Amino acid sequence: MSTRFQPGQLVRVKALYPPGHCRTPFYTRGKCGRIVDLLDVEPDPQERAYGRPGLPPIPVWRVVFAQRELWPDYQGPTHDSLIVGIFENWLEPVEEEP
Amino acid sequence: MSAHREHDHDHEPGAGHRHPFQPDLEDGPYTWHMALTDAVADLLLAKGIVTPDELRRTLEEIDSKNPALGARLVARAWVDPAFKARLLADVNAAAAELGIDAGGIPIRAIECRPGEHHVVVCTLCSCYPRLLLGPPPDWYKARAYRSRVVREPRAVLAEFGLVLPEDVRVIVHDSTAELRFMVLPMRPEGTEGWDEERLAALVTRDCLIGVAVPRPPSA
Repeated sequence: MSTRFQPGQLVRVKALYPPGHCRTPFYTRGKCGRIVDLLDVEPDPQERAYGRPGLPPIPVWRVVFAQRELWPDYQGPTHDSLIVGIFENWLEPVEEEP
Repeated sequence: MSAHREHDHDHEPGAGHRHPFQPDLEDGPYTWHMALTDAVADLLLAKGIVTPDELRRTLEEIDSKNPALGARLVARAWVDPAFKARLLADVNAAAAELGIDAGGIPIRAIECRPGEHHVVVCTLCSCYPRLLLGPPPDWYKARAYRSRVVREPRAVLAEFGLVLPEDVRVIVHDSTAELRFMVLPMRPEGTEGWDEERLAALVTRDCLIGVAVPRPPSA
């Protein structure tokens, strides 16, 4: 069980644009959200895309984003959100203002 | 005897009318991915890794799965809180309790609660709990749904006829990992005392994706 992140913790998806396959949707890159829970532990899809085993497996965290964070012009209520599984190597912790 | 008896005439191009026809699958371009699929299938058969009959049976089995299986799980969860807890913990194991083989890919159920509506998409491709619910609808795989439901979910849901009040939180789930998701919708009011079979009939495929909610027949 990975303990790098805790539920409720503020994280940012790295704004990286590597060639090849990855599972990090473009619209989440560079965006901040909060950890929901540990979804799964899976081989690295970026390695598997090249036929390699992608081991050791990587924790996949469910992260919840406010729609307004993903889309600043979002028309719906501020409490609307989106949850997506993000591989841990794509996440970095964000310091919260005290 | 042929319905075409009256068409027993010259069919030279341009000589008469044209029949409306549905294009055959092969009328479209043979794409790179179609070639890849055929090549992999041919190799699996040629190397004896699978037999043609095994390949056929697997496809047949997937096609035999259908949303009614998911509806049975939902109906049981509505009448049995202990089962609901087990369903939320492990859909595949809960399905097995009802004699349903949901396959080897873990499925997670997302529970709709008062004031909270959930809808599922796979923006990267078209991940869907096929081994429980059968093949996804075409629109689920379409770029329009995949790109728009994460961007303007309320507008998309409204196009499906589901207009949610502003005080209901809309939560979109983008399925990007090696699991599959199904929505556990809320039991509609006015169904007290209904048996499981009657309840299950309210739970359609679209309810399990989250673009619709179960409604009693009178609604």
